[in-house]
Amino acid sequence: MSEHATVAVDTTAPLADVVPVRGPRWYAGRDATMVYILLAFLAYAALSIPRFASPVTTGFLLLDVVPTLLIAMPMTLIIVTGEIDLSVASIAGLSSAVLGVAWASGTGIWVSIFLALGAGLLAGIFNGVLVAYVGLPSLAVTIGTLALFRGLALVVIGDNAVANFPNEITALASAKLGTSGIPLVILPVVFVVLVFGLVLHHTAFGRGLYAMGYSKDAAHFVGINVGNSKFWLYVASGLVSAAAGVFWTLRYTSARSDNASGLELTVIAAVLLGGVSIFGGKGSIPGVLAGVLLIGSLNYALRLGRVSDVVLVTVTGLLLIASVIAPSVSAAVGRWRHSQRLRRHLARDQGAEPG
Amino acid sequence: MSTQATQTRPGPSGASRLGALLRLRELPVTVALVALVIVTAAVNPLFLSPQGMKDLMLNATIMMLLAAGQTMVIVTRNIDLSVGSILGLVAFGTGSIFAAVPTMPIWLVLLVGVGFGALLGSLNGLLTVWAKVPSLVITLGTLYVFRGVNNGWAGPRQFFAGDRPEAFGNLSVDTLLGVPIITVLALAVVIVLAVYLAGARSGRDLYAIGSDPEAARLFGINTSTRVFTAFLVNGALAGLAGVLYASRFNAVGATTGSGLELDVVAAAVVGGVAIFGGSGTVIGAAIGAILLNTITSSLTALRVDKFWQQAIVGVLIITAILIDRLASLRHAKHLREREGRNV
Amino acid sequence: MEASAAAQGPVLLAVHGALKTFGPVVALADGTIELRAGEILALCGENGAGKSTLVKILAGVHAPDAGTFTMDGAPCAFRSVADSKATGISVIYQEPTLFPDLSVAENIFIGRQPKNRLGLIDHAQMRRDAASLFTRLGVPMNPGRRAEGLSIADQQLIEIAKAISLDAKVLVMDEPTAALSGAEVERLFKVARALRDAGAAILFISHRFDEVFALADRITVMRDGRYISTHRTTETSVAAIVHEMVGRDVDALFPARNAEPGPIVLQVSGLGRRGVFRDIDFCVRAGEIVALAGLVGAGRTEVARAIFGIDKSTSGTVSVNGHELAPGNPQSAIAAGIGFVPEDRRKQGLVMDLSVARNTALTLRRRFSRFGLIDFRAEKRTAATWARTLQVKISSMDQAVATLSGGNQQKVVLAKWLATEPKVLIIDEPTRGIDVGTKAEVHRLIAELAGHGMAILMISSELPEVLGMADRVLVMHEGLISAALERSEATPESVMHAATGSKEAAT
Repeated sequence: MSEHATVAVDTTAPLADVVPVRGPRWYAGRDATMVYILLAFLAYAALSIPRFASPVTTGFLLLDVVPTLLIAMPMTLIIVTGEIDLSVASIAGLSSAVLGVAWASGTGIWVSIFLALGAGLLAGIFNGVLVAYVGLPSLAVTIGTLALFRGLALVVIGDNAVANFPNEITALASAKLGTSGIPLVILPVVFVVLVFGLVLHHTAFGRGLYAMGYSKDAAHFVGINVGNSKFWLYVASGLVSAAAGVFWTLRYTSARSDNASGLELTVIAAVLLGGVSIFGGKGSIPGVLAGVLLIGSLNYALRLGRVSDVVLVTVTGLLLIASVIAPSVSAAVGRWRHSQRLRRHLARDQGAEPG
Repeated sequence: MSTQATQTRPGPSGASRLGALLRLRELPVTVALVALVIVTAAVNPLFLSPQGMKDLMLNATIMMLLAAGQTMVIVTRNIDLSVGSILGLVAFGTGSIFAAVPTMPIWLVLLVGVGFGALLGSLNGLLTVWAKVPSLVITLGTLYVFRGVNNGWAGPRQFFAGDRPEAFGNLSVDTLLGVPIITVLALAVVIVLAVYLAGARSGRDLYAIGSDPEAARLFGINTSTRVFTAFLVNGALAGLAGVLYASRFNAVGATTGSGLELDVVAAAVVGGVAIFGGSGTVIGAAIGAILLNTITSSLTALRVDKFWQQAIVGVLIITAILIDRLASLRHAKHLREREGRNV
Repeated sequence: MEASAAAQGPVLLAVHGALKTFGPVVALADGTIELRAGEILALCGENGAGKSTLVKILAGVHAPDAGTFTMDGAPCAFRSVADSKATGISVIYQEPTLFPDLSVAENIFIGRQPKNRLGLIDHAQMRRDAASLFTRLGVPMNPGRRAEGLSIADQQLIEIAKAISLDAKVLVMDEPTAALSGAEVERLFKVARALRDAGAAILFISHRFDEVFALADRITVMRDGRYISTHRTTETSVAAIVHEMVGRDVDALFPARNAEPGPIVLQVSGLGRRGVFRDIDFCVRAGEIVALAGLVGAGRTEVARAIFGIDKSTSGTVSVNGHELAPGNPQSAIAAGIGFVPEDRRKQGLVMDLSVARNTALTLRRRFSRFGLIDFRAEKRTAATWARTLQVKISSMDQAVATLSGGNQQKVVLAKWLATEPKVLIIDEPTRGIDVGTKAEVHRLIAELAGHGMAILMISSELPEVLGMADRVLVMHEGLISAALERSEATPESVMHAATGSKEAAT
């Protein structure tokens, strides 16, 4: 059954010159490609779209991508383990509702924010217990909690909106660093990205996530606690999603139950575009970062170019499809070229030894 | 030890038939639906009045069609997230047709809608099968693409009930033996699909594929064709649902049907369809769709705060998965104790 | 083909010079086989010799890049498994390929279920047909139950029932006996002979020479993806076949050892898991190799898994050097100094897509961490040291383990655990699917480790391995230890006697 994966050493010799074996290189991987595409696009946009290369752009673009970027971090780790979390946007909505109601009922703003984050934490624990310890399929569970948490947001705040947040707080959400146009809020976001990047790529915990994404059994046999790891990822996802909900509320100065609705699919699209395999085991934070920024800057550029929102959605979808199909296409081309070379090789051999 | 164990297995008897009934995956959802209807009717008798029943059925019709189609895809261990967008495109298309040619016969519009849906569905199927990419990703992509096309086509335009022939709107007003015409249509489709999945060789192939795709390939089942067909049929049903949507609801526009996809998957899951394929029935999914829709009406009839509705739907979905999980754990334990060794 | 002179029936299926490559990998360089109606042909070769690739070509899973393939004299160019089936070829794979969610009957008849007058599947008729097949095979099986949770032997039976119901002209059996007990193998052979006598051609692949010589009329040998020779079974010997398979003489397989057991390291007392095994008591001393023998399904692997904590035991204790382990907790077992080389390398032992370095370092994730961050260079250095020590053949530490041969993969699994410097090493089927040359190397390595004072618990289905390596043999039967034999008492007879239980032994 497994023979095709093993190299019969003696017989490779005659074909060695036909197909060179190449190892992966950091500058030729899937992540690097994403970064190249992002850079190429930024360069193109800066040159050909008026007003794109300006501090205003940087400011708005970055502010726009903050929620997606934040949630994409835990989402990457979760998808690397082969699971998924569809409830993130509902958690953001729930935290927004909690924040609004707490503030409206006279609680201090910082305590309100704290409560909103606490709601996200609890939501994450709920998901985590069901997926990691009860062992339910995460796709189904988080479709359920997508409805549940959004429903709880409605229960908490109804169809009201709370808007009278203190000015100094809402101003903070869109404050810029000096004249650079870079929003202040980017600093904590960068911190979050760094933390998740280090956890995934440089810690024993992260190494375990890849292992369990490839093979849960193999991970179990080297003593990786699959359940605990997944539990903490969902908790992190809940907390970060709640933070995104708080940011959303303050930036748009509006706490509503339907804040950030539909964001889960945008986040997943960005993560997958960034090269994370939906089957788990593959993907990196730099790639996802590039994916999120690419979608963000594309959207922004199109809007600057007065292209309607219409096309934006389509472009996101096409990018996503292209990104997953590209490897299949190149593999198909590779197979075709291999068989061509093989055929030539065989023909030459037959010519060389007649009879 | 296997031979020893097999000898003790009982043949089918009355008791095991009852057991088989109790193990039916559709059972929990059916019990939940019946209980819900009884409780609601007891509190508020108006709930089961002819008008109340009609509303219940009308509301469930579209979701029922979508859930039935989605089941066909999920059974093969795939998923189609683009159904909401397909429904939206077809619904808007229906509006456009009637706006352009108000005299168009209704059966032709139905046919065009189904064909349009099938075309979009086959695009999903083609991409999934040919590129061998998980359908979750592909259909997430087409969800955006189809929606974008709908946005571009509709722009700010909307078609209202007044723009369509009265006969078309009457499809969701007139009844046959107390059942609305569009519901009759949907029920017929669901039954045909149920019979196909249970009784046709190619229908059973779908279950085999979802049960173990690699084994299906080694066995010589034409997986690509079957999966492609499942997507195509699902698209066609979403198309039909789109036309019926245009008949049932007042306005169709750029955002018609958005966000439906997860409700549809939820209905199927509640109806006992395993999210990773291989088991579940169209009937179960249809009952799941009815249950999710009935809850909304029930809560209103029971005067529960409307804001609780969605949360309760969420709880229901999670309960359904939990029940499924507990049942399969019990089954595994049962097997281990009955067929395992006596130690 | 030099052996074609030994003809008896007409050649039914012939493959000559089949070539199959996967990217740079040549899986089959010269696949050649001639199968006659009414004969059983055994195909012998080490893992990696190209047997399975050849089988997949016959099955229509792979299309050969070059070579000829004829059936009844007509050329075959299968584009799918369905084409192969239509020609009359039926394949039983080593791992049964059943659909767990479908009923047993439907698994047999899928794609050709009987229909009623309405053109729909007649489920009752299908169950009756299945039941009559099982009657013919002489085994009781409920055709209506779901295939989920069936034992491997039962699954194999369903595969055979499927093949019989297809009335195949050619039946290919790819290591069908790997998971079967003696009685089940006998039953399978009876069926195979009956099919042969009815005129079918059977291709039988097995690593067990006793079975090959008991069943086959002729034997074809392959090596390194190439056809080597074909012999009549009556005109050759095991030694000759092995020589051709390996291409050289095989040395004495088992290293000589002088065991000087030290203090008790692993102590297992009253260990049990409800419905699986119970009352397991034994110890392993430093420097000692204890073998856990028995038939497949006797509960050996389950005991090992419970010791290591993969499965939770329901009674009893496990202690290492006097420290009791928490049940169901592999971390605690690893911390206490247990290593576990599992039976299924590909699914349990390795993360196939990860590099050699990362696989080796997977057990040491935390040790390489400085302030919580992994030191990549230290990781690679340690992995490289172990790869050198165990002589793993690799081109780079960044190579994915999926590209290595079975023997080299097993060495990576060993390296991964040796790097943790364990006190106890549990090895489940240490040489399954490994070629003869590397086998000896693995055996020498295990002996060396014991020589350095490691306590080794080895599970093996190969009797020669058990007898050649172990200081003590524990034999399991139906979830209990039925015998504990010292090296001097352990003979093939005494082990098999205990493994089959007193009932069968009495007859």
